[in-house]
Amino acid sequence: MNFTIPRLSHFGARPASLIAPATVAVVTILLILIPYERSDGDVSGVMSFLVSFLTFVAIYAIFTLGLNVQWGYSGVFNFGVLGFFMLGAYTAAIVTKQPASGNFTDYIGGFGGDLDLLPWLSSDQWLPHLVGLAAAAAVAGFVALLLAVPTLRLRGDYLAIATIGVAEVLRRVVIEETWLVNGTRGLTGIPRPLDGLVDSADYKYLLLAICGSFLVLIYILIERAIRSPWGRVLMALREDEMATEASGKNVFAFKMQSFVIGAAIMGAGGAIYAYASSSLTPEVFTHFFATFLFWAMLMLGGSGNNRGAIIGAYVLWGFWTITLQFQSYDLPDIVATRMPYLRELVLGALIVAVLLLRPAGLLPQKRQVSIWVERQLRRRPPAASGSSTDAARSSG
Amino acid sequence: MGRGLLLLIVVFFIWAVIDRRDAVVIGIVEGSILALGAVGLTLVYGVLRFAHFAHGDSMMLSAYCAFLLLSGVVTGNRPGVDTEVLPITVSDLPSATSEIWKFSFGYGLLVAMALSALLTAGVLVVLDRLVYRRLRRRNSGVVIFSIASLGLAIAIRSWVLIVWGPTPRKYTTVVRHSVDLPFDTSILADQLFILGAAITVTVLAYILLFRTKLGKAMRAMADNPELARISGIKTELVIVLTWALAGGLVAVAGVLLALQAQLDPQLGFVLLLPLFASAILGGVGNPQGAFFGGMIVGVVQAVVVTFDFLSPGYKFSVAFVILILILLIRPQGLFGVRQ
Repeated sequence: MNFTIPRLSHFGARPASLIAPATVAVVTILLILIPYERSDGDVSGVMSFLVSFLTFVAIYAIFTLGLNVQWGYSGVFNFGVLGFFMLGAYTAAIVTKQPASGNFTDYIGGFGGDLDLLPWLSSDQWLPHLVGLAAAAAVAGFVALLLAVPTLRLRGDYLAIATIGVAEVLRRVVIEETWLVNGTRGLTGIPRPLDGLVDSADYKYLLLAICGSFLVLIYILIERAIRSPWGRVLMALREDEMATEASGKNVFAFKMQSFVIGAAIMGAGGAIYAYASSSLTPEVFTHFFATFLFWAMLMLGGSGNNRGAIIGAYVLWGFWTITLQFQSYDLPDIVATRMPYLRELVLGALIVAVLLLRPAGLLPQKRQVSIWVERQLRRRPPAASGSSTDAARSSG
Repeated sequence: MGRGLLLLIVVFFIWAVIDRRDAVVIGIVEGSILALGAVGLTLVYGVLRFAHFAHGDSMMLSAYCAFLLLSGVVTGNRPGVDTEVLPITVSDLPSATSEIWKFSFGYGLLVAMALSALLTAGVLVVLDRLVYRRLRRRNSGVVIFSIASLGLAIAIRSWVLIVWGPTPRKYTTVVRHSVDLPFDTSILADQLFILGAAITVTVLAYILLFRTKLGKAMRAMADNPELARISGIKTELVIVLTWALAGGLVAVAGVLLALQAQLDPQLGFVLLLPLFASAILGGVGNPQGAFFGGMIVGVVQAVVVTFDFLSPGYKFSVAFVILILILLIRPQGLFGVRQ
């Protein structure tokens, strides 16, 4: 009865292929050529298009990394990224905004003015944002903890169902409780970090730098954590849950930690999304955009591989943006009016196709812990190792 | 704990019957629809051992299939403009649309429902052959199956959106008659039909599951797949028939849901919450449990949203709370046994 164990045998190594670089190259060329053609060779237009594109790639890659910590590393699966996204985004927004005033605006919090605590370096430009970011990560992590307590010990798919539930309930709460975060009217004018440091025309470069550095920071932190003894247990968990439990590791605790940390990363991503887009409306937060898209990115890029997660975000958001550009061409009516749904169809089919044809994604993750164990076993005399290597192979 | 929970549910029901009778009646109607969906879900869950996340969207797909069969139209190039695609529809049958008794539809809806059940069963079997069987052969874990079903859920939903567009629809727009029931309650005639149809189909499914050899094989696989295999049950055949049965049930549930509410492509994914809550409440793999689970979830949802402090938008959030409670208190379900 080992049906709770993800058998990730397809995480096995494959020879390095040209698929990943080729895909990235094709997407990049299209991303440059199409806006160039559309704007009749206006280079600055292409530049600002690319900069805003990369900004959102950086933000979405943060979510994909968070999902990778959960699913890619410890096999915990979360179908409610939307929930943690919203928690992070709205928490950050109400921390950084000024208190509600005027007609048709009603929301709690608004601590932006109170957080100008440091007298130097014009701290009102960045301190509220950092506090908001920390609060966003903390709130998302705390909700994940509450959710994991009843569900994580049970079958893996119960947690997935429960995360869908949290996402849906939060979506309802945001829409129904207009006093909380202004309901469907949404929050606008979320202050931008380091606003006024540079020219407003050049702000987009600064924003890209901020989002990019957070992505790099989170990437480095995850990579460091994964190379620690703690991370090795997570990787062992991904490769063979039963063997990890048999070696005396508390599987529940490690899964819990990776779920909570992953959710906190998503919360932080939500905060950065709120700062970058500077307005939030519930219509944006659909299950499709805020959950499925990140799953497709991670599956495409390669579960368990952080660089793969980032490449997946780049390629898929590239696909998204390119098809959005297609809409401005003279397409036959039958395609043009259905473009958003065709994109969804491609995404859904892509998830299934990746699972069937290339389960390891564009950048396959090599198995690390079990390979080490198997190598150790192989060194021993065959008589002693026979049965245990078989066991390792069959369950790996 | 389990007994306490059951007692709590009974007390809630007694109170609701005394105080919120109209909501209870609506809840029973909606619960019977959920029950149909949940029975299919629990069978797939039991026999194939994974959470089928495309269940809600399959329900919507089948409701739209019936819509296509009845009206023969899909959304045209521009939103709100219909295009005829079927040269002949169910409604072209002699007097298929003339209203029966006080219902808002003729026997055409029944024909469309049956055809849609066949279609949906076919779609689910084909998807199993194309996707799930390959994963089974590769010995993939449940998680992979669940993600595949999520991908299929997205694909099915977008397919519905491509063909029929995002605007909610109804089978008919005629005035609906209501019927007076004893104890000072009234109900729409259509809702009476929903309840009757749901119970009929459930009884048929019950006979199939508990009175035939095939049903016995199915239940054996849901109970213990390895043992079933050793006992010589043809597992692949049972799997195909499970999908077909689940597809039939989900189609009837989808058509009835569209009759009760409306056809809405966005509804499918959200429906997963009450469906899973019902299946888990009744114990995974237990069809009778799923039936009662669906009824309980339906009634509790309908009654709780009549509270003054809750807006009706929270209907599916109620299902989520039920789900969390049952996972906390009795994860094996009300009628399940601890493994």
